Order: sequence, then C-alpha cells, then structure tokens
Amino acid sequence: MKLLTCLKQIPDRDTRYEINAAGTGIKTSDLTFEISECDEYSLEESLKLREEHGGEVAILTLGPQRAEKSIRKGLAMGADRAILVRDDEGKVTTPHAVAKVLAEVLKEEEYDLILTGTQSDDWSYAQTGVLLAELLGLPHATIVMEIRADPAQKKVKALREMESGWFQWVELPMPAVLTIQAGISQIRYASLKGIMQAKKKEIRNVELSDLNVDLSSVPEVEVLKVYFPVVEKKAEILQGSTAEVVEQLVEKLKKEAKVI
Amino acid sequence: MSEKIYVLIDHGEGEIRTPSLESLALGQRMAEETGFSLHALILGNEIGPLAERLGKQKVDSVLLVEDQKLANYDPDVYCRALSEILTEDQPYLFLMGHIYQNIDLAPKLAAAINRGLVTDCIGYRKEGDDFVFVRQMFRNKLNADVQFRSEHPWIVTLQTGATSVDELKEGSGQVVERSLDLSAVELRRKPLEAFEATQGKVDLSQAELIVAVGRGIKKAENLKIIEELAEALGAEIAASRPVVDSEWLSRDRQIGSSGQTVSPRLYLACGISGAIQHIVGMKNAQCIVAINTDPNAPIFNIATYGIVGDLFEIVPALTKKLKEA
Repeated sequence: MKLLTCLKQIPDRDTRYEINAAGTGIKTSDLTFEISECDEYSLEESLKLREEHGGEVAILTLGPQRAEKSIRKGLAMGADRAILVRDDEGKVTTPHAVAKVLAEVLKEEEYDLILTGTQSDDWSYAQTGVLLAELLGLPHATIVMEIRADPAQKKVKALREMESGWFQWVELPMPAVLTIQAGISQIRYASLKGIMQAKKKEIRNVELSDLNVDLSSVPEVEVLKVYFPVVEKKAEILQGSTAEVVEQLVEKLKKEAKVI
Repeated sequence: MSEKIYVLIDHGEGEIRTPSLESLALGQRMAEETGFSLHALILGNEIGPLAERLGKQKVDSVLLVEDQKLANYDPDVYCRALSEILTEDQPYLFLMGHIYQNIDLAPKLAAAINRGLVTDCIGYRKEGDDFVFVRQMFRNKLNADVQFRSEHPWIVTLQTGATSVDELKEGSGQVVERSLDLSAVELRRKPLEAFEATQGKVDLSQAELIVAVGRGIKKAENLKIIEELAEALGAEIAASRPVVDSEWLSRDRQIGSSGQTVSPRLYLACGISGAIQHIVGMKNAQCIVAINTDPNAPIFNIATYGIVGDLFEIVPALTKKLKEA
C-alpha cells in the first residue's frame, strides 16, 4: 500500500504563549516545535498499515524550513521519505489554501490512502483533511478511531467516532482520505537505529513558487486579532494551607451546598 | 437586496439535535440585529413533523428537503444538496453546529462551492455592517477574531454551548418544501455497523456523586488516590478524554461531548482543565469543585468552589478529612 501522511509542525503544546507585535498570532522566536498530536497518531497508523500490508509511507508537510526537524522525527519513527513544501514567509494561512497547495503536490504522487490529523493543536480548524479530499475528488471519513484496509479489493473500513459515545464503521473505495483522532493507538518511539537511518532518508523540498497554485482564487478569511480570553472566575477560591482548604471545602459541601 | 441567514438543522432518532437549536437561537439574534430574514434548513426523509416543529420557532421559513437518499447522513449526497441550495439561494450566512457530523461535512461543502468557512466559533460581534467571528485556538488558551474576506455565503460552525437553547424565541414560519434531483449522486461511503461505546457498561447519568480525573493525574498508578477519595465519598469515578485515551480508565467513564452527560449533586474535578468538550458533559452538576494547579484553568469559570493547588497533596488530605468526619 502507498500511504501518505500529512504532518504539521506546531509550537510546543505546553508553552505559555505570548502575542506577537502585530497582535495577529503568537511570538514564535523563543518556542520549540513539535508534530501536532493527531498528525503523529496518523503517522503511527500509516506505519502500522505498512507493517500489515507492505508498501511505503511518505510524509507531506507544508511549512517553513524548521519543519524539517519534525519531519526527521517522522522519518526516524519509520516513514520512508518526505516532501516539504517550503513556505518560509508564511504566505499560506487558511486551511483552504493549505489544502489547495497539498492537492497540487499530490497530483504528482501515487497513493492508496491519505491520512491527516482530525485537527491541529494550534489553530484547530478541523478542515484541512476534508478540504483536501474534496479538492482531489476523493471520498473521506473523519474522526477515525480504527482502520482496516483491504488493498486487494481496493477498499478500506474506518471506525468513525460520532456524537454522544456512538461509533460507526464505514467502508470507502481507495484511494481515500481519513482524518485521524488522537488516542487511536500508542505512538511508537523512534529507535536509535531509526534515528540513524532517518539522516539518510530523502526530504524533497518544493518551493511554493514552483507550484502552479493560484492562491488568489481561495476564499480568504482574515485573523484580525489574537488575544487571551477574559476569564470571569465564578468559583469561590478557597485560600490557605492544604489542611485549611480541605477543612473549608468539607464544611461548605455539608453546610452551604448541602451535597454530602 | 434582501439578505438571508440559513441555519442547518441536524436531527437523529426523530429528534432535532440541541446544537442545531443553539445555532437557530444565534441566528435569531443575528437576524434581529441586522433585519435579515432567518430560514431553518432541514434535510432528511419523512421528517415533516420535525419541520412543523421548527415552524413554531421565530423563523421566516422552514426549508424542507426530503429524499430517500437523505434519510441518513452521507457526505456526498448532503454536500450536493446543500451546494445546490446555497448556490441558488445565495444566503449571506450559513450556520451549522460544530458537531462531528458537520466536521465531516462543512469543509467538503466549502471546497465544493469554493466559499470561506470558519469553524468552531464561540460567538460573534457586529463591527459596522460586518460580522466578526470569535473562535478559540491553541487548545482554548487563546481567542481569535476572524473576518471573512470571501464571497457569500459565509459558512460558520458554532461550538456546542456557544449559545443557549433557552434564548430560542417562538413564532411562526411557513414550511416550504423544496425538491432536488439527487438521483445522479453516487454514495461512495457505505455505512456499516454502528454501536454505542457505553452500552451495557457503566451508566454515570444517574450518579449522585462523581469524582472526575483529568490529565493532571499524570499516570495510571496515581489513580489510587482518586479511587480512595471516591470510596470515602461513596462516589463514582469519571474521567476527561486524555485519561481515557491513555487507557488509564475505560471509555465508558468518559464525560463530555464524546462521552456521557451527567448531572450529579456533586462533581469533583481533579486535574481537569475544563475544555469545552468536557464541560458540556457536566456543567449541569448542582455543585462543582475544581482542584487544579493552573489558576487560569477554565474549569474555575464554572466551578462553585475552587482549590488552586497540587491534587497530589489536596486529594489525599481531603480523603483523610472525609474519613474523620
């Protein structure tokens, strides 16, 4: 099977962010970066499918040069090769534009399944995978929790998470796009051997300007302002030492709220 | 030019989904502010009674599209039906709930008709003649104001709980049947078996006391202190999604949009930051206690009592105190 996984590099999830000077994003100068969580799960699923059915796993990333570090991690986990569409100036801003660029690169590629994360941990639009499927004319399934591929029949079964704790299996003809939910499996660590091998694997750089994409035709959505939400604290915060707050809490639960 | 706001009404098992009613309530507010007309759009098969019910809300009309192919949600046929309607009617705005079904559908629709889409909005502001939409990002740590620069219709999905169904106003709107020729649409995605994860397992909906645990517990071995607290209280144990994803507790103990909805007398949240997906499942608890190290954790916005501190200190001390009493 030919598997293609879209990886996005995002700022470290546990950082305390600062707003940039323009007020339209976060300061990235002092941050470390990592692979978006759902995307890492989608790479793990690709690797598992290759182990089961043979074939190849390719990584496709759109981002600046620093994204190479995350791609190397993916290669160390076991992906065979990678394509980085270089957008050093951050020209591609909306999910629609990202999908348009990725779709253009994919015209030159062969694949049975494209796996993406359901949503990213930075802007969290939850759009790119589905936009990509429609632009490529492919069927898709979102919020996938399990995959069973049948390459001989060119079919894939995907378990979709639905509302209120319901799940449903769906079957799609391949090629198809699946967007992967976090928590679908355990993500492997890169082995030392994997890390050594990754150094020799190919990351093909593609310049945005070399692609035949007209971004002016993409519907534009502008981020005017990014800010910290105003927190209106409703809770009565109990003050004091551990012993004191615990005593206050038990007292309040019994006498004030009368719930225990 | 008469401007129109369309709201997609999702339904399942003969009921209108609550997030759609929330979207309708927001649509009503926007229509009032702008003087635009408001239209509820419902797709399905044999859903006349649902359309009638929508007609009792304050809407200018209810657009009813019935077809056998629309009986169950399918991305190909739903996208085609909506593409046709939106292209023909050209509403100013198309609202839908940010539920799993629309996460599956909305981007496909946006690509199909090449229109802008802003997902998971928590509200909007009027700026002059324009709408600015507010959404969360970076795991809800930051908000962003976004504005469409694209042609109408603008497609917007709304976070569950962004508005309240209590705001919904009654009125009367005529049901208008709309027929579409969907015979040529090929349904590529075949639905197979569906099942409920919680079926026959732990039912927390009737629990009076719940001790819930989140990412802050750090590892499975640490759950012991939660178990001891639950035992001292005689409470059930529940969890937020990360705990279940890490397989430290079974999925049937998950609270939130992809788990169970509970309304106990006491909900004691330990190491849960309070993402909206969790909050929608427990906000109706009579009394909420939050224990968290981060004083800015959103759980404190909805809690009755809060303790800013390390759960590894607070929880055992609380267990001890309860046993003494």
